[in-house]
Amino acid sequence: MRTRSVVGRLALVAFLAAVLAFWALPMLWLVTAPFDSQPGLDVSWPDWTLANFQKLSENPYAFSSLQNSVYLAVGTMLGVTALAALAAYSLSRVRIPGRNGILYGLLLLSSIVTGTAAMVPIFQLMFQLNLIDDRSGVILVLTGGLLPAAIFILKDFMDATPKSYEESARVFGASPTQVLRHVVLPIVRPGLATIAVWALVNVWSDFLTAYILLRDPAKIPAGVVMYTFYSEGGQANLPLISAFSLVYALPVVALYLFVNRRYGFRFHGGIKS
Amino acid sequence: MASIRIDGLTKVYPGDVTAIDGLDVTVEDGSFFALLGPSGCGKTTLLRTIAGLEEASGGSISIGDRDVTRLAPGDRNVAMVFQDYALFPHMTVTDNIAYPLRIKKVGRSERAAKAAETGEGLGLSALMARRPGELSGGQQQRVALARAMACQPDVFLLDEPLSNLDARLRLEARTFLKRLQKDLGVTTVFVTHDQSEALAMADQIAVMEAGRIRQLGTPSEIFRRPANTFVANFIGSTPMNMLPGKLVGGVLQVGALEGVDAVAAGWAGREAPDGEVTVAFRPEYARVDGKGPLVFEGTVETTESLGASVLVTARTDDGQRVQVVVPEGEEPEVGAVVGVAPASGRVLVYDAEGELLSPSSSVP
Amino acid sequence: MTATADRKVRSNREAGARAGGPVDSIDAAGLGRARAAGLVAPALVLVLAFLVVPAAWTVYLGVTDYRLTGIQAANPEFVGLDNFTAALADPDFRNSLWLTLLFVLGSAIVGQTVAGFALAWTLRTVPKLVRSVVETLVLLAWILPSSIVAFLWVAYLSGDGGTLNAMLQTSGTEWLLEHPMASIIVFNTWRGTAFSMLLFSAALGAVPPSQLESARLAGAGAFAQLRDVVLPHIRGHVLTNTLLISLWTFNDFSPYLLTAGGPNHASETLPVFIYNKALYGGQLGYGSAISFIMLLINLVIALFYVRLLRERR
Repeated sequence: MRTRSVVGRLALVAFLAAVLAFWALPMLWLVTAPFDSQPGLDVSWPDWTLANFQKLSENPYAFSSLQNSVYLAVGTMLGVTALAALAAYSLSRVRIPGRNGILYGLLLLSSIVTGTAAMVPIFQLMFQLNLIDDRSGVILVLTGGLLPAAIFILKDFMDATPKSYEESARVFGASPTQVLRHVVLPIVRPGLATIAVWALVNVWSDFLTAYILLRDPAKIPAGVVMYTFYSEGGQANLPLISAFSLVYALPVVALYLFVNRRYGFRFHGGIKS
Repeated sequence: MASIRIDGLTKVYPGDVTAIDGLDVTVEDGSFFALLGPSGCGKTTLLRTIAGLEEASGGSISIGDRDVTRLAPGDRNVAMVFQDYALFPHMTVTDNIAYPLRIKKVGRSERAAKAAETGEGLGLSALMARRPGELSGGQQQRVALARAMACQPDVFLLDEPLSNLDARLRLEARTFLKRLQKDLGVTTVFVTHDQSEALAMADQIAVMEAGRIRQLGTPSEIFRRPANTFVANFIGSTPMNMLPGKLVGGVLQVGALEGVDAVAAGWAGREAPDGEVTVAFRPEYARVDGKGPLVFEGTVETTESLGASVLVTARTDDGQRVQVVVPEGEEPEVGAVVGVAPASGRVLVYDAEGELLSPSSSVP
Repeated sequence: MTATADRKVRSNREAGARAGGPVDSIDAAGLGRARAAGLVAPALVLVLAFLVVPAAWTVYLGVTDYRLTGIQAANPEFVGLDNFTAALADPDFRNSLWLTLLFVLGSAIVGQTVAGFALAWTLRTVPKLVRSVVETLVLLAWILPSSIVAFLWVAYLSGDGGTLNAMLQTSGTEWLLEHPMASIIVFNTWRGTAFSMLLFSAALGAVPPSQLESARLAGAGAFAQLRDVVLPHIRGHVLTNTLLISLWTFNDFSPYLLTAGGPNHASETLPVFIYNKALYGGQLGYGSAISFIMLLINLVIALFYVRLLRERR
């Protein structure tokens, strides 16, 4: 019994060590290279210089691409959260004719029509609408893509909120707008925050949609700029790439830490967040 | 303050589910009125229809002199306390109580003063800055009541007001609610599935089944003389004794007592046709000493303590189960042969349809 | 789904909605149907425009010889099922389909499921600090932008001073060129295990401890407990997990960021194939036909998933 538990513990420790190595090793570069005066592709102890960030600030596309990312992420986040909240609220509370059909259709659509499977017609559609190389076009496409899942998550959230809150307010004479403002929105705020964070992270990380819809280097977001930095011919500019990666990654890490501390990393219907 | 008059009210849900079926009832001004029945009997739907949360499919509802059938909930001047209290979790107790006044566009300082006053009346002064999540069940209930009182409604509607409290608090809350209702004098309708709650609190009880009222009366009327076997079965904390019998030429025959003449005595009022009947009496209204016109002989099977009294279950020779409640210390031994005798005037006879046959109080 | 299944879902939900009440209220918010429909409309319009229309368009584009440039760009001709027959005859397409299958089987069904379950299982009992460090790393791999993690792996696997070669003493091995499929499979396992880990953690948390304890009292070892108590409980979760991660992996574009499908189509999964053919190569009609096939495969997986969800409710 004793030897068996010792062997078991050793196996556990070995497994955890392997897990740590597997996940940490590729990521270490992101922490060391930006602070190395001559970053290579391998992980090595840096000499803690900020020179790479100096170089980054001189690059014309680095800053503008981050601005573009903020623009796309915030725009999409606002659109998705507002439209999904209104739709989820009325789908949850009012039995609109065809409600089950709408929900079923949304559930199917959100899994079937992915950005990759539909990239050709989406490109074609935006081309016809004259929205190629237009950041609003990217926001529209991303919003349309994220909405079904957002409506689904929020509807679950609203379904879990007792209807007696609204009914109580109605008996006291509150109008539908007052019910929404005074009661529903404050109560579902955690759900709205979830959707907002989820949309932000999704768009911030997006590569494909912007890659196929935007051409002008002044309009492309950070995800695409990052790829052009290392995929374009010639020697990769590692000081620039490493510093840019870190700056581009930081908001996601910060959001993760915030969400983790505030709510714990809960599970939301199997959607990346 | 106002009475509530309901005429021919019908509520049909999509899919032809009839929740309320042509119901007429009047709730007197200032009374404490219970809607009692098993789940699914339509009592909650009736309450919600009075509130305006459900739209009536037919019939009318008047509060005072006003026909409110087609009015929005907010225009009926009613206040409702929900089963889960529905206190807004993001608002303090003060804001919750003041919410109806906020809707009525009362100024902020006046609202706070009114909330403080109402809260004080219910012993909530120390809790006014808290949020509902920080309150006990009993405190939440009082906040919900205070919120309902703050808008000075004509009618209070309470949906299962005690069901979210634990057993001990429930008894306290009963007394508290009854006193509060009398103090305020506001017409109050409450829904419950617990017959003891209805008996304890209400002035009038409507016992409902399948969207209809099966009996309307005071608690003592309903307890002493259930109008039909449904009500008889539903009311009472120990189940009513129900024994099959026969009426032949005005003579009651029950089990082993076939042809006992004495039972026919005192048969008054409406004519009783011959046929199968059910003879019923409450275990509380019987003795084990075997005296009286109607006696069921049986062997004691079990005795269960109810605290101050004991429930004795005996089985007659022809296999009928008869129960009787006796004072503590007077219960017979298990195995003893006893004669269970319902008290004079407490035997009820129901016809084959389950309707009460004996309108006079002197059977046998 | 069938109408009966639909009705069952509805009545179950209504029964749960309001204990004691007979039927779910039709309009709890007092909105009125017209206003409610007005609130849903904007979202539906966007979904219609950017999901439904594109999906329908694949069918139209798929049966034409539309190209990005040239005569066919201005005046596409109807070619019927030519694109589909061409696809089935195209060795590059069949190769791509095969690679996609390998990618899904290797990285999702085997890699992420096994790693996710192993992590969820072991992390239950380790000290809290270890647990949160491991979880944070696995989750970061999942949520960091794909073009960053792609470059991290390009650097990690590089033959020219990459960390992996330094550790394995295999200097000069260009993993992405010499073993492209293995590389993207390992990469995607690294990237996506977080989801399975979270899902299995939640599922394991719902296994009643009393059942595990009675199994242990009956003398069951760790393996027997897993087989007899845990697996029956989480079977539904395993299936959900498998379907979802298969769907996502099937639609994953990140291999493009690592290998762009190369070298010489050796890692060209279906999404990359479509991009290379349609948007890079300009054959929009042909690319749409492939997209349509992809949508059909997605539909099949999604129908399984929806059926599963309904059974569980």
